[in-house]
Amino acid sequence: MFEDLLTHAPALIVAIPLLGAFLTPLVGKINDKLRNIFAIIIVALNSFIILLLSYNILAHESVKLAPDLVKNGVQTYIFGAQSANYPVARIIFEVDGLNAYMIILGAILPLAAIIYSWSFMKDETGQDKYYTLMLLLTAGMLGMMMTGDLFNFFVFLEITSIASAALIAYRTNNKFSVQAAFKYIVISTIGALFFLFAIAILYGQYNALNMAVLANSIQYGLLEKIAFVLFVVALAMKAGIAPMHMWLPGAYGRAPASVTLIVMGTTLGSFYGLLRIGFTVYGEHLISGTNLSIALGWMLVGLAILTIFVGVLMALRQNDFKKMIGFAAVAEIGYMLLAFGAALASVYQDTAGAVAFSPEGVTALRGGMFHILNDALDIGLLFLVAGAIYYVSKESSLNKLGGLARNLKYTTIFFVIGMVAVSGLPPLNGFASKLMIYQSTYAINPILAIVAILASILLLAVFVKVFYAAFLGPKLPKFDKVKEVPISMLIGMLILACIIIFIGLFPNLVVENVVQPAVDALQAVLDNTNNYIAAVLGGA
Amino acid sequence: MLTFQIPYLAVAGLIIIGLYAVLFKRNLIKMIIGITLIESGVNLFLITLSFREGSVAPIYTADATQGTLMSLPVPQALTLTSIVIGVAVLALMLTLVIHIYRHYGTLDVRKIKEDDN
Repeated sequence: MFEDLLTHAPALIVAIPLLGAFLTPLVGKINDKLRNIFAIIIVALNSFIILLLSYNILAHESVKLAPDLVKNGVQTYIFGAQSANYPVARIIFEVDGLNAYMIILGAILPLAAIIYSWSFMKDETGQDKYYTLMLLLTAGMLGMMMTGDLFNFFVFLEITSIASAALIAYRTNNKFSVQAAFKYIVISTIGALFFLFAIAILYGQYNALNMAVLANSIQYGLLEKIAFVLFVVALAMKAGIAPMHMWLPGAYGRAPASVTLIVMGTTLGSFYGLLRIGFTVYGEHLISGTNLSIALGWMLVGLAILTIFVGVLMALRQNDFKKMIGFAAVAEIGYMLLAFGAALASVYQDTAGAVAFSPEGVTALRGGMFHILNDALDIGLLFLVAGAIYYVSKESSLNKLGGLARNLKYTTIFFVIGMVAVSGLPPLNGFASKLMIYQSTYAINPILAIVAILASILLLAVFVKVFYAAFLGPKLPKFDKVKEVPISMLIGMLILACIIIFIGLFPNLVVENVVQPAVDALQAVLDNTNNYIAAVLGGA
Repeated sequence: MLTFQIPYLAVAGLIIIGLYAVLFKRNLIKMIIGITLIESGVNLFLITLSFREGSVAPIYTADATQGTLMSLPVPQALTLTSIVIGVAVLALMLTLVIHIYRHYGTLDVRKIKEDDN
């Protein structure tokens, strides 16, 4: 029944929001309410197709909706020449376990953000453009997460840069949001140009742009190393890894909260790009258990520790609620990087010459991968709460807030959920993934786990401070008339909170069914036949 | 052989001058000019890669039939895409600069107040 839909799902997932983006202003000419409903329908439809596609790829063979489409866990969709004889005249969307896992973010975040926007953006001007850009950003993010072509990845990267910079500067009357947007676009344009330069180097060497084709034939000479460094720098800039994080708290903090939710999705999309290039394109040479790859792993661990510390310590000294969450987001990215770096450092070569991840390394991969989803949900929920507080009080400075728990009952509950989840306390989802990261890094080097736990405790301290300053304390007369936020904003937060609680209660279910296929896709680099590559080249 | 190196030297020159402008110039407009210089360098690099010695433009005409040596069409398509994207980014950056100028009355990065709450 879903066979036809699923055949074209990878293309539809990008096409629907793209078409919706440019129809939105037309619908907006008729009626504002109709336009909002239209945007919600577009995103909901898209989320539905994404979840179907993900289910079809992640589910076990026997319960797949359309088992024929998925070969060895990879579904491909070819634009242009169907024949492999014209490798440059076609663009391939490839969805394997890792992609299927990442696009789940693209199903959850835009849905929550668009529903939340209904009331949140009600009094703003230029809403037609707002919804257009939001849908464009969604399309770009999903394209980034599915494409199997490097140049196509660059194009989607630029689409997300342009759309998110315009959205970050949405409140142009605030000078700080314009400034943050300018910083963001300068950083991401320079990053994207580095990325394009690296693509050109690889194209000049191999006459190919497809990641799988490149991965199959790539050597590890000087030019490839230069290209690798350029790729990593470009994507690390976009992913907000210290010391290139300086744009992130400002951009997250100064954008409207609903925008931040999707911009965060693109940040994680860039992180996905790092994984894809590291593990697939360069995988055979990087994940080799040689001294060089272990040194690289430790270097990533070092960057991760730096990222965590910068994020947490800067969050401690912030007075602005939203920028504080922005720095917490930096710290959370550090946790993911810590897990993947530790996994890379744990790769070993046994006496027979076979290369494998140690068991701790596999746990670290699983924890890091799981944390991508959890980070998006936790930080996203906190941003929506911050947006709700801004909505009722027009304030985001903690010095001027207080006693809001009396009037904002539900928002307070959502804040507590987000706070507990983000600081890794049981029983919510942040605990589940952070515990895996602690366990694995403890086995690799105890100091790493100690640092990670310490930073989590500091994060809790940060948010307890917010809880006390904004929600508790004496009643402030100027907030007497504050009422609970409108229902659409509550629904937006409720969606994220429900998923957080669900994952927190059944972490094993999620890890085994959703996260494990993504981890398998990463580990495929060590197999003799990497399915991601074989799906394009056939057989191999 | 040296003539074939000249485009690559130009690429290196453009990118280095662009990076210098972005990193050390204090006027926002000059930083944007730096970014466009980097972009031109990267585009020139792509185009240079497509050239083969003695080749013609990749269009089939009466003179250039099957078997004639043609330069590669793909990098040219890539460059075209990249130029279009570049224009969009440039327009957006300049718009933001206009807004920054309205708020601060200056384009000097030293005089634009940092966002520390």
